[in-house]
Amino acid sequence: MTATTQPDEQGEGMARVLGWASLALAVPQLVTPKKVLRLAGVHPGTASASLVRLVGVRELGAAAGLLSKPKQGAWLWARVAGDAMDLALLGRALRGAGTSPRRLTPATAAVVGITALDIVAGLQRNRAAKAEGATATTRARSAVTVNRPRAEVYKFWRQFENLPQFMHHLEAVDEHADGRSHWKAKAPFGRTVEWDAEIVEDIPEQHIAWRALPGSDVDNRGVVGFRDAPGGRGTEVLVELAFEPPGGPLGAVAAKLFGEHPDQQIADDLRRFKQIMETGEIVVSDASRDGTKTLNQVRQRDAQPGEAR
Amino acid sequence: MKANCWMGINRVEVREVDDPKILNRRDAVVRVTSTAICGSDLHLYDGYVPTMEKGDILGHEFMGEVVEVGSGVDNLREGDRVVVPFPIACGACLMCEKGLYAACENSNPNAGMAEKLFGHPSAGIFGYSHLTGGYAGGQAEYVRVPFADVGPLKIESDLTDEQVLFLSDILPTGYMGAEFCDIKPGDVIAVWGAGPVGLFAMVSAHLLGASQVIAIDRFDYRLEMAREKAGAETINYDQVDVNEALKDMTGGRGPDACIDAVGLEAHHGFAPIHAYDRVKQAARMETERAHALRQAITCCRNGGIVSVIGVYGGMVDKFPMGAVVNRGLTIKAGQCHVHRYMRPLLERIEKGEIDPTFVITHRLPLAEAAHGYQIFKKKQEDCVKVVLSA
Repeated sequence: MTATTQPDEQGEGMARVLGWASLALAVPQLVTPKKVLRLAGVHPGTASASLVRLVGVRELGAAAGLLSKPKQGAWLWARVAGDAMDLALLGRALRGAGTSPRRLTPATAAVVGITALDIVAGLQRNRAAKAEGATATTRARSAVTVNRPRAEVYKFWRQFENLPQFMHHLEAVDEHADGRSHWKAKAPFGRTVEWDAEIVEDIPEQHIAWRALPGSDVDNRGVVGFRDAPGGRGTEVLVELAFEPPGGPLGAVAAKLFGEHPDQQIADDLRRFKQIMETGEIVVSDASRDGTKTLNQVRQRDAQPGEAR
Repeated sequence: MKANCWMGINRVEVREVDDPKILNRRDAVVRVTSTAICGSDLHLYDGYVPTMEKGDILGHEFMGEVVEVGSGVDNLREGDRVVVPFPIACGACLMCEKGLYAACENSNPNAGMAEKLFGHPSAGIFGYSHLTGGYAGGQAEYVRVPFADVGPLKIESDLTDEQVLFLSDILPTGYMGAEFCDIKPGDVIAVWGAGPVGLFAMVSAHLLGASQVIAIDRFDYRLEMAREKAGAETINYDQVDVNEALKDMTGGRGPDACIDAVGLEAHHGFAPIHAYDRVKQAARMETERAHALRQAITCCRNGGIVSVIGVYGGMVDKFPMGAVVNRGLTIKAGQCHVHRYMRPLLERIEKGEIDPTFVITHRLPLAEAAHGYQIFKKKQEDCVKVVLSA
């Protein structure tokens, strides 16, 4: 199971500079966190010192990412997320006791400046990637073994109208007589996207490949393979999906930050597929009665009976 | 309905909550008549199992009367008296087909979460954190039972609740612990932990033909029960060195198999070592205090079997792998595949070969669950097993 976002080709200079800056920041944060705090105007308690160390670890990660893969815009957007976190922490410190607003305000101004710089660099990177015609194709891949005969598993999948039963992003698929189909899906942040798709290849009981037709809201394609698991263990199902995330690379990173991780999603989709094929229903617990989509697994409600949200 | 809810570390509270409903075709709703507090509930109570949410209904040992069945359940009907196994199993996946019900591939709706911690997801369990599915438990007046056509065992004889309740967990768990030991004539079996599961492992070891059973604990009242009710010889690890004592009792060989019926909150007779693990556990540098497991491994005879039925949930530190490899030990472990033991053990109860009621020391109404947790945790009033009636 792997998902990759592959943008960009050039304009890495800024990313490198920011990488070195991250490294330069990380060292004092890790070695002398209390001095960093005093400099920023915060009274250095033990808890805040370890928080500064954590921020240092994060900066080290950003430095490693930016310096080793300056082409990957995602690292710049990770820095922006880090900046937002720093601003939140400084905001909290401003309200706390033992802080010196005289120093804290310039520190906050500096972080605001850095944030602006990071956003500019991130946007530059995205524009450069677009200009090169590079895309931010997100790929997701996952496999599951279904304890049912291959013919049965293939048949259920081939009926695309069944897919929304277990693929949580899909709202509906309508198949037309000419072999084409119309797909309607939920996109991040409450949007709906639609597209028409055609079957590229269909080898019964082995392989189905499909792709969206030009002019779709979301350019995407998918392939599913079926083969016998050894020793009569049912059918191995391997799915690969590729799509251009709405909002480009920035959209992909933002979606991940909000729990819409494509790997996890396709893995969860396949688990629901397996449940339907093997048990005839999608398993549900009291804590998961709003559905088992990825976000609900992250934000659990209590294990008590009650109405779905 | 009333239900016993986890409200934070060391806090449970019987609260008024919504009644459960049928959510899937293969569900049933059971009116709970008897339920018990399990030693592993204490791991939740003490806060050592991650992914608990305030308000979670606890309880995975329960039985009662079927009050409603979904359209996909054809083997149960209203009024049936059933004991419900604690792992939730679909009965159709490869693991269920192999009889490994506690490793069911379909019953955990939070599989994605469990996969991150364990590599592959584990099965759903009633009232046992969100890692095992986030199912409401059975320390309540009513409970929804998924895959009700697979799990619940119908009790058609006039056996009392107390005689059959423990088929839901601790009796099969203890039995599986003994079965793991692959007992041959002449075998000596040592059991760490003389709590309810350990006691049932001792009884089962005798049933499976062990020549000698040795119980290891630090509470005299529990060791006394092991001697009197489970035919065990005993070692109090607060008073003697366990390895030396076991060598003395086995002509220097060590036990043929060692059962860990303690799990992740083991106590250590030697204070500094106990303190070391407590500190590491508190700092989340390890999640388990595995003294009993370490000792079971080092005490086991060469080529012997270490059977782990105590609960672990994360990472063990200082694991004596050298002893395992160099002395050719076999480790067998698992949450109990309760479904496959229920019927044969019910038959043994019916024939009078096992009377599981001997472990019960306290009978309380559900409303007093919090008191039950307290005395069970603190080992007050010589508490061994608390049964709650709803």
